[in-house]
Amino acid sequence: MKLTLSQEQQQLRESVRSFLHAASPLPKVRQGYDPQVYARLNGELGLSGLIVPEEYGGAGAGLADLAVALEETGAALLPGPFLATTFAAIALTQMPDKEGRAGSGSGSLRNQDGAEGSATVYTELLTGIAEGRIAATLSGDEIGYDGASVRGTLAQVLSGMEADVLVAPARTADGVMMVSVELTAPGVTRTALETLDLTRGQAKVVLDGAPCRVLGPQPESGIGDRLCVALAAEQLGVMRAALDAIVAYAKIRVAFGRYIGSYQGVKHKLADMHGKLEQAESIVRYAAWAADESPAELPGAAALAQAYVGRACFEVARDHLLLHGGIGFTWEHDAHLFYKRAKADEVLIGPPRIHRARLADLLEL
Amino acid sequence: MDLAEYRRAARAWLQENTPTGEPPEGDGITRAKEFMAKLYDAGYSGIIWPKQWGGQGLTLAEERAFAAAARDFALPTYVFSIGLGMTGPTLVDRGTDAQRERFLRPLLRGEEIWCQLFSEPGAGSDVASLQTRAVHDGGQWVVNGQKVWTSVAHHADWGLLLARTDVDVPKHQGLTMFVVDMHHPGVTVRPLKDMSGRANFNEIFFDNVTIPDEHRVGEVNDGWSVAVTTLLHERLSISAGVGMGGQKDHPASLEALRQTVDTSDPLVRDQLVELHIRSRALALFNQRLAQETEAGIFPGARGSAAKLLLAELTLFQADLATQLVGPESVLADHPLAQAISLAPGMALGGGTNEIMRNIVGDRVLGLPPEPRVDKTVPFKDLKVGTQA
Repeated sequence: MKLTLSQEQQQLRESVRSFLHAASPLPKVRQGYDPQVYARLNGELGLSGLIVPEEYGGAGAGLADLAVALEETGAALLPGPFLATTFAAIALTQMPDKEGRAGSGSGSLRNQDGAEGSATVYTELLTGIAEGRIAATLSGDEIGYDGASVRGTLAQVLSGMEADVLVAPARTADGVMMVSVELTAPGVTRTALETLDLTRGQAKVVLDGAPCRVLGPQPESGIGDRLCVALAAEQLGVMRAALDAIVAYAKIRVAFGRYIGSYQGVKHKLADMHGKLEQAESIVRYAAWAADESPAELPGAAALAQAYVGRACFEVARDHLLLHGGIGFTWEHDAHLFYKRAKADEVLIGPPRIHRARLADLLEL
Repeated sequence: MDLAEYRRAARAWLQENTPTGEPPEGDGITRAKEFMAKLYDAGYSGIIWPKQWGGQGLTLAEERAFAAAARDFALPTYVFSIGLGMTGPTLVDRGTDAQRERFLRPLLRGEEIWCQLFSEPGAGSDVASLQTRAVHDGGQWVVNGQKVWTSVAHHADWGLLLARTDVDVPKHQGLTMFVVDMHHPGVTVRPLKDMSGRANFNEIFFDNVTIPDEHRVGEVNDGWSVAVTTLLHERLSISAGVGMGGQKDHPASLEALRQTVDTSDPLVRDQLVELHIRSRALALFNQRLAQETEAGIFPGARGSAAKLLLAELTLFQADLATQLVGPESVLADHPLAQAISLAPGMALGGGTNEIMRNIVGDRVLGLPPEPRVDKTVPFKDLKVGTQA
């Protein structure tokens, strides 16, 4: 088990952190998604291609590296489709190849379906993501498929307005297949949703005979767990940044003639928040390691990651806001941005109880 | 030998040599000493201590590997835990060569038992306000005063004693550390029952106890910096479970509870899930600290966060288990009655939760310290202890 960062991972963290510090500071985050920042993130840092296999032009990294990047994009509250594209990339790299193996091993794959060949679609998508040309998103809900096009209403699609392509499971006569849908195609209606989280949007997507391309059978397992781990990494970044912000404020804000950080009423709360952060980081490193190196441990590690880190992130974001006092309740202060992202993330994959119920099942209680 | 091999060998040795079952009445110390001697001969005592003082001169990696193997055994080493985890490492760091030569090997071989004499009735969290006096008198020191909460003192041969040597300077600047002979006629050890009803610790009275100057650890009036070294080792050894054996038989563990409670009840299931989440979160944090230490990043005050979390988990776990088990858990002979009685100890011993939070706030987060009135006043002019 590896719970510490390698030299390379520390360098990755440093380069993502300094890039976002300069290119996407909080005042800019408030203005929302900036395609130019996103293009540079993928161009200069190659972040969306991080976990794309090398044969498709990516870096072929694992979730342990991805977690380092997501922690930084989370800490910066980066707007836009990075997490959504990452989710889609995770789903794609977990598709079984023609030998039925899960994951991104062989390049010669998927040719059982359709004239153009699912391998072509797959290659197009992954190379597009790796090169930063394609922003994608993933649906957890199934859509309907009639042999040529898809139908269905997806109530809340993460970054649905920014994404170019939707990857979704579709019910077919041969079982559930993963399909890709161009979101600019005819038959697709997208409506931007006003969301609590100002830094990242969702869209309602209605598919009414929209053209799609079939990628292959939906993997039985592996995708959902990895989404849990990836999201937990982002949450780790959100909570770290929130704690850093309130610790910094507690060192400069004076009340009753003393810095507020010198009061035990404040200091002890911050110490407890630090304990949550330490445990959250340990769980994220463990879950990412399990995803890369110990698949048998992954389901339990992934459920643990969401059950612990999701809650801890919101609690830390909440207390960081409260400890700011009245200013933390104002629109112009950044505290609510963290609070809202933390809440949106906590319920992004579903109500938190599903992770706890999963743990109960895995523990055979 | 690579680490995995080292761990396998340690495991095999422990399997072969760890005594099982309860020792015959009154025979626990003999058994513990015999086991320590075997541990020493097998090269598993003082794994990271320097070779010249009886240790193995290996790295933290080997020590952690041994600790990992030992987690599955109930080692009878409790009476040595203060010596191995706190006073021994303090002498390794701060003792003279003569002290190391004299004391470390007998400790590692299980021949001598150690206790730590810091806290007093009037000085617990604020241990630097202690009042036990050591007065210099012709090449030796004469000690008078009282200590309290001293684990294993009733078995101890030696104690690491923090005493006041100067009352005319501020409190931190007038302390000196000594090694005191617990068999000296002026030392009285009185067992003190804790709230579980067991005499797990003691109060100690010093009545004109003499200590030779060569048993002074560190400079005169520099005892506070030595004590800080000891306390750091204490918190790390508590959170890492040094010398404590495994937790696997704990009556409030998930494994124990799932055997006895109705897990078809969704509320029970969710509470057990909460126990699992908290236990795993802390276990992984401790493992990460261990891996960082192996990589040369010393955890320092972050060990206090781990100790705080362990104290909270201990209270939560015993509390939850008694709630789940119900009325029978509060009968005196039920293991959970012991567990709920012992649980507050972890939140008090080795620094209270409030002190741990101060340490994390000050030293990990770098928050401003509280204004202090006691740092500049000479000790003799300071209010200490309990004052009506």
